[in-house]
Amino acid sequence: MIPAIVLLAPLLGGVLAWISGRAGRLWVRIWPLALLVLDFAALLAVWIGGNPDAFHEGAYSFYADLIVPWIPQIGVSVHLVLDGLSLVLSLLAVFIGIVVILVSWKRERDHEGFFYFNITLVLSGVLGTFLAVDLFLFFLFWELMLVPTYFLIVGWGGERRAPAGFKFFLFTQLSGLVMLLAILALYFIHGGSSGVYTFDLFGLIGTPMSSRTSFLLMLGFMAAFAVKLPAVPFHSWLPDAYVEAPLEATILLAALLSKSAAYGILRFVLPLFHDAALAFAPVAYVLGVLSVVYGAVLAFAQTDLKRLIAYSSVSHLGFVLVGIFALSPLALQGSVLQMVSHGVATGALFVVAGFMERRLGHRDLSRMGGLFPLVPRLAGAGVALALVALGVPGSGNFIAEVLIVIGTFQASPLFAVLVSSGLVFSVVYALWMIQRAFHGRAAVSGSLRDLSALEAAGALVMILVVFWLGLHPQPVFDATSRFLQTLQGGA
Amino acid sequence: MYAIVWLIPALPLAGFLLLVFLGRRMPRAVAAVVGVGSVGLAALATVLVGASFLSAPPAGGAIEERLFGWVSLPSLSFAFGFRVDALTLTMMAVITIVGFLIHLYSSEFMSRDGEFWLFFAYMNLFVSSMLVLVMADNLALLYLGWEGVGLCSYFLIGFWYREPEYCVAARKAFIVTRIGDVSMLLGLALLVSSFATLDIQELLRRAAAGWAPGSALPVVATLLLLGGAVGKSAQLPLQVWLPDAMAGPTPVSALIHAATMVTAGVYLIARLSALYALAPAVQSLVAIVGLATLLLAGLAAIAQVDLKRILAYSTISQIGYMFLGLGVGFYSAAMFHFMVHAFFKALLFLAAGVVIMAQGEEHNIFRMGGLRTALPAVFWTFLIGASSLAALPLVTAGFYSKEWILWGAWQAGRGGPLLWLLGGCLGVLLTSLYSFRAVFVTFFGDQKIRESHLPGARMKIPLVILAALSILGGFIQIPSDIAPVSLFESFIGGVFPKAPGAAEGGSTQILLQVVASALSLIGVLAAYVLYRRGVGAHERLADSDAYRGVRRFLFSGLGFDWVYKWAFVKTFDCAAKLLKGEVVGRAADAIGSANAAIGRALGALQSGRIRWYLVGIALGAVAAVGAAVWL
Repeated sequence: MIPAIVLLAPLLGGVLAWISGRAGRLWVRIWPLALLVLDFAALLAVWIGGNPDAFHEGAYSFYADLIVPWIPQIGVSVHLVLDGLSLVLSLLAVFIGIVVILVSWKRERDHEGFFYFNITLVLSGVLGTFLAVDLFLFFLFWELMLVPTYFLIVGWGGERRAPAGFKFFLFTQLSGLVMLLAILALYFIHGGSSGVYTFDLFGLIGTPMSSRTSFLLMLGFMAAFAVKLPAVPFHSWLPDAYVEAPLEATILLAALLSKSAAYGILRFVLPLFHDAALAFAPVAYVLGVLSVVYGAVLAFAQTDLKRLIAYSSVSHLGFVLVGIFALSPLALQGSVLQMVSHGVATGALFVVAGFMERRLGHRDLSRMGGLFPLVPRLAGAGVALALVALGVPGSGNFIAEVLIVIGTFQASPLFAVLVSSGLVFSVVYALWMIQRAFHGRAAVSGSLRDLSALEAAGALVMILVVFWLGLHPQPVFDATSRFLQTLQGGA
Repeated sequence: MYAIVWLIPALPLAGFLLLVFLGRRMPRAVAAVVGVGSVGLAALATVLVGASFLSAPPAGGAIEERLFGWVSLPSLSFAFGFRVDALTLTMMAVITIVGFLIHLYSSEFMSRDGEFWLFFAYMNLFVSSMLVLVMADNLALLYLGWEGVGLCSYFLIGFWYREPEYCVAARKAFIVTRIGDVSMLLGLALLVSSFATLDIQELLRRAAAGWAPGSALPVVATLLLLGGAVGKSAQLPLQVWLPDAMAGPTPVSALIHAATMVTAGVYLIARLSALYALAPAVQSLVAIVGLATLLLAGLAAIAQVDLKRILAYSTISQIGYMFLGLGVGFYSAAMFHFMVHAFFKALLFLAAGVVIMAQGEEHNIFRMGGLRTALPAVFWTFLIGASSLAALPLVTAGFYSKEWILWGAWQAGRGGPLLWLLGGCLGVLLTSLYSFRAVFVTFFGDQKIRESHLPGARMKIPLVILAALSILGGFIQIPSDIAPVSLFESFIGGVFPKAPGAAEGGSTQILLQVVASALSLIGVLAAYVLYRRGVGAHERLADSDAYRGVRRFLFSGLGFDWVYKWAFVKTFDCAAKLLKGEVVGRAADAIGSANAAIGRALGALQSGRIRWYLVGIALGAVAAVGAAVWL
């Protein structure tokens, strides 16, 4: 039952918020917050007290395994599993969900009930992709994330929200369709050869296919994941969507939706198409390195703070892509740690950017400067997070990037060299951001309000989480190692 | 006493945390007590640990302490663990004791700064990171400290962040050293892929057993690590950041950009000496890099007019000597020079800080003069520091450390005499020329600016102590032909592979010493003739065009900045400008909009309702069957 509870709790909060939309602005926030906190507690309880080997399925083991037939005629079932990897990422999702609710707490907007409903729907969609192992169900959740995100962008976004939302929808929708075709092809190939028609991942692993078929189907999956990650050159929806989306949706997009793509590669692409993925690795390396370098160079070129962070995110996710396809134990662990750390750190960076925009009324870096003495707490948080973006020692990003570089070196020294160039470029844009926003002469006259105690506490908690991940990453390693070990030997 | 080892880096770290979170509300006196006191206690703890290390050496020559785990994976694990041997202890003593003196000095020097607390926060974090760097028992933790000191260096160079050009210098330092750091990280990656460990001792054992001397892997690994070392230690070709780093407050230049952080590269190579022994070609390269750097920086130092920049180039040059010592296998000599250099260079910077303060923030030595009488304490201590830097024979510590390195250079195989000739003769001559140029121009002649802001006790005491160390520090290791004192070698020598060549060389050694000593004195004399006002051959020279051209070239640091600016900075800027319009993204958009019509039609299918999916499934089935048949 636990996976279902984890999955549905945010949604319940959202439904309650929608219903109580007219009852006042307090309950609209309290319902989702309360249920997310409960969800977080439930996940933590599983992590601390649960047995990671309670259920088995071949080489895989889980804390919890829920399987309910849904459309037995075509072999669709509600199959949810909770293992270490999905647990860690679900914790990230719920944590970010809590952050999003808290960040939006004081902001008033139209149709608040529906707004929060959409947010929780995105969260449930993300959680669903982390839990589902039925490909049909996974695809449903994959699409489920999309629609409310689109609504959030178009309904509550910035000035040019309509084209941004449409572009986002089109890119992810088209690529999702390609994945659907690959899923169906896999379904029929498996059914045709074995007589058993099923969408269940564990049933489909090991389906006999020619290597050419396998490669094509893998490309179908990768199309969806490369767009949503995003990998350059499939990223062009991202800057507009990130910038035009309301802050809450930007955080969700950057911290979570990108992770669902990386998770999809780990959970589905590698087990289903192991050999094809190995053959694809050089292409993935190139895409990853391209993302690392291109994202960093463009981050440097931006004057819009949100856009800068958006491109830095592309750069960091390039590391994840390279690390996953390096398929060495260190690189895989580094990639997963990078996913979590980047989720929290980039989420926090967007939160701080939001704080700045609220105070300054704009987010144009060329009109900022010298904020450090004016708002020491806000600037301190901003500087700390910019440093995390460049991999400050002790942060989760630091140890993750070290592991990715070392692990990639074992698979391909050439690409380890290329991807590590990102470590230099990240310094360039992160220091540039610090310079334009916080250092230099004060460009703002008058006084600004520094972070309130609550805001500061929130930022501090997120920063502490990033450093906890860097100084004591072992719990994350231990949680995810069972699954990651299954990836290296081949399916 | 070994149980308190962990406290040594923890104390400054605690100081940093206290200051960064509570410092803004602390009265200055409290912030000063926290900032100076934490380093003082660390120094005290180091002395206690050192005393018991000397009186009762630990088993295996090292104190080992594992605090807590960090990363533990089947293929690689490393922890927060310390290993303190004689090499580490030497570094720790210099870091904490010289660090304490500089903190004490700063408590007065920075006393009028608005962000006094923040200065001490960064300084404490620096000391803590530097201690982690030298105490780490594995290369991952060393790398953490390595990146940590770089970060502190960035913050402290740009401490006066309201001045954009200071921030440029800070960013330049961070980016240039980061290039070296990435090279080092790749070196670690190579070591891991070969030996599956980052534990330093284990790594050295496995490398000695598994790698044939001179084979490709050790050469590549040591080259990559050398990349990190030349970045941090400002050696060719990554030396360009250090002169600009002088934008930071002077105590920062003294601690980070002279005494400690910039010698991290020396430490790294010394620590991994057994690895470098497996790559003789790279070890020779270390010597050549050191030699080239020491000459280049010495030449550049002669043309500088900013007192701090003279000292910065001098630092680059002196670290070149250390690299030369490492390269010829005289590790103890390199470390001895590191220690002595830390004393006299910290002294010179601190004295320069007083001079600049007393001259109303004037940095140009040619606008100063005659400070001998106005600032006697500073004059005498600066003179001692400059003498030690110039290696004036017999009485200065610099003489003994430099002689040791030069003796090593002489014996280094076939090229030895050449190394000695260039490094020994030319290098020594240049060094004493630029050192005493600074002395004569700054302290002799007519006073041009009235002195203000005279130093108090907290600034003078460190000067006096460091001056004493710059003289006395040399007497713990004296060449055998002068006096048989070898305390330093017997303390630290066991850490390193045995130095090649003879420890003593009879009449040859005496001859070499006499030549080098004479050149050092000739340098002083040349500086006197050229720059002593009234004698001033320098003014007559200054009229010729050729001289001006050469001086401009030397002044610019031999053109490296110019080359790098056009080769890298401009290229990156252009790339950023070019790509800003999202060339790649627009190309993808074009494909996207071509497909948009199809997209809209297909997108309509995906309304999220089950029956439409069933339609999709049917269509997909056709596609899949088609694909299966086609394949």
